[in-house]
Amino acid sequence: MTEERSNQEWLDALRSPEPDEALAELRTLLVRGLRYALADRFNVTEDDLEDFAQNALLRILDNLHTFRGESRFTTWAHKIAVRVAFTELRRRRWQEVSLQDLIARYDDGDFTPAALTNHTAGPERRTTQRLMLETIQRIIAEELTERQRQAMTAVMMGGMPLEEVARRMGTNRNALYKLLHDARQHLKKRLLAEGLTPQEVLAAFEG
Amino acid sequence: MILEPTTLKRIVRSVLSTCPDEIGCDECFEQLDRFVELKLAGKNAAEAMPLVQDHLDRCPDCREEFEALLAVLRYMT
Ligand SMILES: [Zn+2]
Repeated sequence: MTEERSNQEWLDALRSPEPDEALAELRTLLVRGLRYALADRFNVTEDDLEDFAQNALLRILDNLHTFRGESRFTTWAHKIAVRVAFTELRRRRWQEVSLQDLIARYDDGDFTPAALTNHTAGPERRTTQRLMLETIQRIIAEELTERQRQAMTAVMMGGMPLEEVARRMGTNRNALYKLLHDARQHLKKRLLAEGLTPQEVLAAFEG
Repeated sequence: MILEPTTLKRIVRSVLSTCPDEIGCDECFEQLDRFVELKLAGKNAAEAMPLVQDHLDRCPDCREEFEALLAVLRYMT
């Protein structure tokens, strides 16, 4: 029966003076949805699902005016619930990891690429690889700001979610994406200016 | 700096495929519900909304949420 409310009916019901029935329906729907979304997570309890759904519900009510009707209302609502749940789960998963420690694992000031230590490539090829790595390393050092370097290392090498890196750098996920985008733009320009083509670089490390 | 060959390739690929007109996470999120519905309807969502597809290919956070949302709607409808 839930499925049969039209978008307008959902909006009207949630905005009516007696929204309780619609709220309860929506909450049930969100819990069910989150159960599917998080089916493969062993560390998520029923209480978590209820909490996520409740927080999502509040967010949905606060943002009703932003719903543009470009999808079904319930799709839009599930989207918000998924965002709320993943934000919390990422926070938990990474809460013990500091940005400094994570970056230090990859950026120890020394440059000894693992690519070159246990490689079966012949000496000539290894020279090509070393030169290329040195160029890339130099470009990264020269071209990027400290923040860009930190963010790139944490995200692309450390595998930390953008959202968690952003939290630690005092910014938000959208702004961090832009920062990484700018970093990539700079690197691309320089790589091409140095005469390194994508094919060349990738081929050097193939196999 | 420790660069595994696979990491290095991933970085180089993502750097060299950078486009000036990429959208950010907020814009992607705004359009994600429509994108997912197109996908579920068997339409070519990537062709209809290429910038969303591009962002999902690049951003691990948004991709994770997109896949979860897709799973939700697959099971619920
Ligand atoms: Zn994103």
